[in-house]
Amino acid sequence: MNWLAIGMFVVFVGITLGITYWASHHTKTTAEYYAAGRSISGVQNGFAIAGDYMSAASFLGIAGLIALNGYDGFMYSVGWLVAYIVVLILVAEPMRNSGKYTMADVLAYRLRPKPVRTAAALSTLVISTFYMLAQMVGAGTLIKMLLGIPYEASVIFIGIMMILYVTLGGMLGTTWVQIIKAGLLMFAATVLSLWVLAKFNFNLVTFFNGLSAKYGQKFLEPGLLYKNPIELVSLGMALVLGTAGMPHILMRFYTVPTAKAARTSVLWAMGLIGTFYIMTTFLGFGAAYFVGSATIKSIDKGGNMAAPLLAQMLGGGPNTFGGEFLLAFVSAAAFATILAVVAGLTLAASSAFAHDFYVNVLRGGKADEMTQVRVAKRTGVIVGIIAIILGILAKGQNVAYLVALAFAVASSANIPVIILALFWKRFNTTGAVAGILVGLIASVGLMMIGPSVMGKAAIFPLSNPGIVSIPIGFIAAFLGTVLVPQRSESNIKYEELYIRANTGLGAE
Amino acid sequence: MEWEHIAESQEFKHLISIKTKFTIIALIFSFVYYFALPLSVGYLPGVMNKKVTGAINIAYWFALSQFFVAWIIAGIYARVANRHFDPIAEKIRRENAEGVEV
Repeated sequence: MNWLAIGMFVVFVGITLGITYWASHHTKTTAEYYAAGRSISGVQNGFAIAGDYMSAASFLGIAGLIALNGYDGFMYSVGWLVAYIVVLILVAEPMRNSGKYTMADVLAYRLRPKPVRTAAALSTLVISTFYMLAQMVGAGTLIKMLLGIPYEASVIFIGIMMILYVTLGGMLGTTWVQIIKAGLLMFAATVLSLWVLAKFNFNLVTFFNGLSAKYGQKFLEPGLLYKNPIELVSLGMALVLGTAGMPHILMRFYTVPTAKAARTSVLWAMGLIGTFYIMTTFLGFGAAYFVGSATIKSIDKGGNMAAPLLAQMLGGGPNTFGGEFLLAFVSAAAFATILAVVAGLTLAASSAFAHDFYVNVLRGGKADEMTQVRVAKRTGVIVGIIAIILGILAKGQNVAYLVALAFAVASSANIPVIILALFWKRFNTTGAVAGILVGLIASVGLMMIGPSVMGKAAIFPLSNPGIVSIPIGFIAAFLGTVLVPQRSESNIKYEELYIRANTGLGAE
Repeated sequence: MEWEHIAESQEFKHLISIKTKFTIIALIFSFVYYFALPLSVGYLPGVMNKKVTGAINIAYWFALSQFFVAWIIAGIYARVANRHFDPIAEKIRRENAEGVEV
């Protein structure tokens, strides 16, 4: 057991539980529970978006990809920032202007509420489950490596923590957990990458010459990891469009008071996320140079320990106080990272079920505030328990592809419908339901018959189905609209949504 | 509330036209620049592997430039939105504030 790391982690847990206790006094109404009473500032929300988005997979996973595969790992990290251009220009402000708590609010404005809310809740639950499962399994494995705590114990602990953050602290508590985590992660990454660069007198050329001398120029050239450019384009499409359809990210825009604050928050998030991914390069390449890829691989084949091992090496090496201290700090930051991401996902999943499905579909929108908050909290507990059970059942499984799958579903099922609802006058309920369901089935189906699941026997050649499933989602939404016209839906509702989305008129 | 009345107004039409123009140009540029990276490293390895500064090749500088290009586009969007979109939206909100249901 790494007691130093566990000690630091206990401090983090203590502080966040204190915040959760404070936040619980401000979490009485639905607007407070789902949207922190719209009281979060643009800058705070920018940090929280970054905290919600930078998962352990990006901190540890991408650093490892770079340490083992050089250039290709770096290229992979680019799409995670470019995705925010779509968020900034297409969805953040219209969503804030016309919705309340979920993506379905915007759809339900102009379309028949019950079918579109049901479909949107389904895709949100699928995306959250896949993404959360990937986080839980990754977390259990990492914590075992970092802290020496058994897999099942860490999964149960993470599950309990996320239930506490979400059900007691609501969106306000979750937001602050994410803000603190983003600060912690940025601090750790900055210290380590400056340290690495300082070893080369802050000269990037010297750094790369050193890498080239050690591993050969091939290491700095494309092609070690990705052989098929179409695969990369497909992955890029799912990342770039999928981020704008991720329910836990969309939900964050309802926590700020105005569309202008939503814009500010994306700008801050982009600054943080971009800086973070550039620094990840220095961590990955630094780990390759100072720790060595053979050592990294011997501890974890996926390279997930690259950043923590780099920290240990920079601090003075194993069994020195400096080395162990830095290792502990980075491990604690990674643990905090996991907690902040799963809390955001739990909140998104519970809002989809409680707000969209229970209140607005089953109860026809007729439920008082107290009932709504109670149902939302209970859903949060159930989501947490399901995540714990699935996490334990999936022990030892390779679930990395679930992250890609979550982005594929978000880009194929949610994005076509969000974009068409906001920008296409003729769009109707059948089109929306068809777009969500067909996009969902296409992305999951193609993944299931692809190499990630079937290995060499795959029927579909790509591990990332986006390049096919995203157009299918759009086509289904289009055909559903054109083939099944609905006269009862007037265009006036569209005009109202269009004006609200673009001007903020009447926004809550 | 006369939504159709606002939709037909010169101000709103002008807002939508400048917004649409900006959105289309910015997104097409971003997508072309971003997808040029995987396509060029996949199909033009000779050019991409050319070393320009020490061991650093074009492929690395191209990938790194993606971050700065994304930031620049975001910065331009913020500037245009603050200067050109917000004042019109603000005016429409002020003129029609009465009778809008939240």
